[in-house]
Amino acid sequence: MYEHLETAANPAGLKRVVVDPVSRVEGHGKVTLLLDAENRVQQARLHIVEFRGFEKFIQGRPYWELPVLVQRLCGICPVSHHLAAAKAIDQLVGIDPADLPPAADKLRRLLHFGQVLQSHALHFFYLSSPDLLFGFDSEIGKRSVVAVLADYPDIGLQGVKLRKYGQEVIRMVSGKRVHGTGAIPGGMNKALSREERDYLLQDIGQIVDWAQAAVALIKRVHGADRAFNDAFATIRSNYLSLVKADGALELYHGGIRAKNADGATLFDHYDYCAYPELIREEVRSWTYMKFPYLTALGKADGWYRVGPLARINNCDFIDTPLAEAARVEFKQQLADQGLVHSTLAFHWARMIELLHCAESIQALLHDPDLLSGELVAQGSKRYEGIGVIEAPRGTLFHHYQIDDNDIVTKANLIVSTTSNNTGMNESVRQVAAAYLSGRELTEPLLNQLEVAIRAYDPCLSCATHAVGKMPLQVELVDAAGQVVDRLTRHGNGEFARGDAG
Amino acid sequence: MAVTPILLLACGNPSRGDDALGPLLLDALADQLDPQTVECIVDFQLHIEHTLDLQGRQCVIFADASVRDVTFQFTRLTPTASLSHTTHALSPAALLGVYRSLHGEPPPAYLLGIGGLSFELGAALSPAAQTNLAATTRFARALLQGTPAAIAASAAASARMPD
Repeated sequence: MYEHLETAANPAGLKRVVVDPVSRVEGHGKVTLLLDAENRVQQARLHIVEFRGFEKFIQGRPYWELPVLVQRLCGICPVSHHLAAAKAIDQLVGIDPADLPPAADKLRRLLHFGQVLQSHALHFFYLSSPDLLFGFDSEIGKRSVVAVLADYPDIGLQGVKLRKYGQEVIRMVSGKRVHGTGAIPGGMNKALSREERDYLLQDIGQIVDWAQAAVALIKRVHGADRAFNDAFATIRSNYLSLVKADGALELYHGGIRAKNADGATLFDHYDYCAYPELIREEVRSWTYMKFPYLTALGKADGWYRVGPLARINNCDFIDTPLAEAARVEFKQQLADQGLVHSTLAFHWARMIELLHCAESIQALLHDPDLLSGELVAQGSKRYEGIGVIEAPRGTLFHHYQIDDNDIVTKANLIVSTTSNNTGMNESVRQVAAAYLSGRELTEPLLNQLEVAIRAYDPCLSCATHAVGKMPLQVELVDAAGQVVDRLTRHGNGEFARGDAG
Repeated sequence: MAVTPILLLACGNPSRGDDALGPLLLDALADQLDPQTVECIVDFQLHIEHTLDLQGRQCVIFADASVRDVTFQFTRLTPTASLSHTTHALSPAALLGVYRSLHGEPPPAYLLGIGGLSFELGAALSPAAQTNLAATTRFARALLQGTPAAIAASAAASARMPD
């Protein structure tokens, strides 16, 4: 643990280094380091500097608008928000997941697999592959997917086309690449036509092959310097994800499983509708983003990681054959003590999921339920709905309450990147302590901080929180860079002047 | 699937005030365009894979909100090799530059920038943006009745007009 580097004991007089913005992530974040005279790192923090206030935006809207409205949280995983909201709104119209018509359930799953496929392809090939293929300290001109396309055209183009195919799945099911209207309260608004199904079938064999190639690529990259990749930004943590009833990897609907760093199961098949008892969120004065933790373990020990690595660590198996074989090999190679803690192994786990999505899409496209059958179930109104889904970046919670007029009175979202907040900060501090401390900082060295953050695939746009509820610091800095005044709003809404927080 | 000669590609977030101008332009035009001639695509941001949408076009028009103090501007785009290293999203010119590196010379491409003022989350269109959108819709409706050559001539004429 590197939490001793969260807040320097005596920040006065320390040298400040800022990485702003963190590049090749969605949204806007920055890293600050405080160094002493010998360049030893005394403090390292990841800050989220964008502020969206989406929960406030949702309140006062009629609930049936939400599946479309919440997609506008993010341009990268709009479908995840769409489906999490849809699952919550199903409950508002009295429909539990088991009551959803099979055709609607399978269409939503197809939509979700397309979403995860495109998001994983975007992250791996567009954002992270330059680091992985050219090295963390490569010249800055190499740090883009365009350089990958120039030097590794086959790999780059496969990434582009994988992403494009995922977008096409979304378009066929929901009508648009973004802001589609596939899910409605209690079901879906249209079946897939035979022509749409056949259009997607044309390329799915190629997509599965390319997804297999992506797994082979990251396995080769990780194995090229196994000791370094296993240790870089690596921290031991708890893990949280959905699993199927039989323990299989699950992205759309299941129970919550959490394991501790030793691999012992903390919770299994936990009803996600009871998540308010399972998870609490801590606020800290220096960032907009909350720090969730498992209530039973407390703030100090209860923080956890979500996302591909958590899901692969937590599941007992994967129910598609190629991805299962890849998972078994992943565990054989990296899991010395039951779980894989290597932060860079997020990439490998992500590509296993990419392959699982491709195989699942292939299987669903051959399922006749997609083309016909009831699409909407009806029930009786309820006043509270909770939807949970495994978004590309991890477990995503949407929670709404409505009034007699069907207007949203309360909204709470725990997005995946928020759940990874402590993990990202711990990884940043690990890199700072292990690779930066005591050295003259150079741009390639600072890129290592970003490499650690990118492994989590953070979406910093949607990870910030409601207007008026988050701590806020306003600093007045003079021309010499000295802070001459500071106003702090704490999480309880109270203001204090001169409080460093 | 057949590729239409003209691609109208709008980007923007409809929940961020005047950032919705590009998507709203497409909404306003959608029922008035010949689907055999013009394909409309809307997205939050431009990404590498949009180069695939550009293939086989006779011309491409990007519609987006502009922070410049204009009603709208219609200009020819030049591919650029400069890339932002902070994000995966691209400018239209950078997208054309990527296209050139991947596939050769891109089709003629134009930027239809619509003047916007306010980009806050949850905000409605500003009154000025509403006025600008109406004027741009009239311009685009006439523009898209024309051939790619006529569109090119329109951009050339616009380029000679003062701001």
